[in-house]
Amino acid sequence: MADQNLVENDEPLLVAKSLSKSFGRINACRDVSFSLYPGEVLAIVGESGSGKSTLLQMLSGQLAPSAGHVSYRMRDGVTRDLTTLGEAERRFLFRTDWGFVHQDPAQGLRMAVSAGANVGERLMAVGWNHYGRIRETASDWLTRVEIDVARIDDAPRTYSGGMRQRLQIARNLVTEPRLVFMDEPTGGLDVSVQARLLDLLRSLVAELNLAVIIVTHDLAVARLLSHRVMVMKGGRVIETGLTDQVLDDPREPYTQLLVSSILPP
Amino acid sequence: MNAPAYNFAYLDEQTKRMIRRAILKAIAIPGYQVPFASREMPMPYGWGTGGVQVTAAILGPQDVLKVIDQGSDDTTNAISIRKFFAKTAGVATTTATDEATVIQTRHRIPETALNENQVLVYQVPIPEPLRFLEPRETETRRMHALAEYGLMHVKLYEDIARFGHIATAYAYPVKVNARYVMDPSPTPKFDNPKMDNSPALQLFGAGREKRIYAIPPYTQVVSLDFEDHPFEPYRFNAPCALCGAENSYLDEIVTDDKGGRMFVCSDTDYCEGRQAAGHHGSLSAAPYKDKAQEAANG
Repeated sequence: MADQNLVENDEPLLVAKSLSKSFGRINACRDVSFSLYPGEVLAIVGESGSGKSTLLQMLSGQLAPSAGHVSYRMRDGVTRDLTTLGEAERRFLFRTDWGFVHQDPAQGLRMAVSAGANVGERLMAVGWNHYGRIRETASDWLTRVEIDVARIDDAPRTYSGGMRQRLQIARNLVTEPRLVFMDEPTGGLDVSVQARLLDLLRSLVAELNLAVIIVTHDLAVARLLSHRVMVMKGGRVIETGLTDQVLDDPREPYTQLLVSSILPP
Repeated sequence: MNAPAYNFAYLDEQTKRMIRRAILKAIAIPGYQVPFASREMPMPYGWGTGGVQVTAAILGPQDVLKVIDQGSDDTTNAISIRKFFAKTAGVATTTATDEATVIQTRHRIPETALNENQVLVYQVPIPEPLRFLEPRETETRRMHALAEYGLMHVKLYEDIARFGHIATAYAYPVKVNARYVMDPSPTPKFDNPKMDNSPALQLFGAGREKRIYAIPPYTQVVSLDFEDHPFEPYRFNAPCALCGAENSYLDEIVTDDKGGRMFVCSDTDYCEGRQAAGHHGSLSAAPYKDKAQEAANG
């Protein structure tokens, strides 16, 4: 079993090969290549307009690349090119083996239905048909993301910003995905709530052996969560490496600028 | 004044052909909502413009038409539509379920079992079962195309979480032919089992939303539910006060301003048929009528 895990962890989960995207004359993303391994957290950092979100959308199959391709190792062990997947397969992948945490929880949640149903939706989508078990799993996940189970029947519009974000995470993790995309998950939250959320994310990632691609402009988030960092500027990856290496010993002038512009605590 | 002012059954032949093509497609794909070029009808939306167009397209000179509204043959809506076709198509009309070949209905399926020679036409206000869960039409169409129906269970989940049981009492979602989830129009869920494996063709017309869908004869129709909260048809637990029926769907009728009320069959034809056959409920007028008759004779 241990050997098999080793082999499984040895092969990349997701491979991006010379990904490019242009919108008319604007090259939003140019020639991005990397591999992501199971259980690895990769942070994509850079300022607004550097192509981070475009890259994330291409990686998660929501946007077709102009050139290059993304391949993903499915649960059955076969690596497949995302563009060859049918829409049904892609959507199925998206709500079972993947998660997507949006910056704005309203985009990732159904604000008008209860928290329990929000968490249970993915389960029902894959055919769970037992109310008791769905509810039990939902309350279990609410506990794991530190939401009071007594609020399971409340709609997320009655939740605070931090709770909404944690609920969104629970909703994504309930099907035990292997890869989660996060787009600025801590954006718009105040600092103490951010800290709790990061703490929670870090323990969940370790516990579930999740691979994560996290887009952020907050270098502190990258430092706390990620193993590796990719720095983007003008649609290109200008520097990549281990998190502490890139953040403590930046090579590129732009990365140096980025690191030095953090206010000392 | 003798020249007919309208084409047979009001709509022109081209329009009827267009609607018939949509109907044929709907029958070929049970439960799938087929878009059609709905016309303005001489009645407001919400009064059955969709059902009327479907009826007009399938009606022939030999047909016998019955129109019901909430089970009743004698409400404004039912009478107006019946008169409309009596005038524009000159077809025979009836209130007896077993004499009719085409039955246009709003919100009920007749209690009398239908047969293979009958077509049931439903008036549908909102054809999309996912509408209030997913507002984007593009998204709901994609969900139908890919048979992604998890969201429908979210609605049932919400019901149980809030009320302890599935509280949806009408427009209860069904799965047709193990493929498409369909809104059976606002019929009470009491009527859902009658749709399953019905010998009669069932057609659904939504005029404002411009959709037609169908359940062909002998097609499986399953009401959605959870394993631990199975589908249950709801019926108020009382016999009909007029005919004593124990198994028909009942309407509540308020009789005074002191809380008095009675429960009677919503299907008026069924109720009258039973009374004529000698069945009496607790509030039936028959004994008094008999007495009055005797007094007059005596």
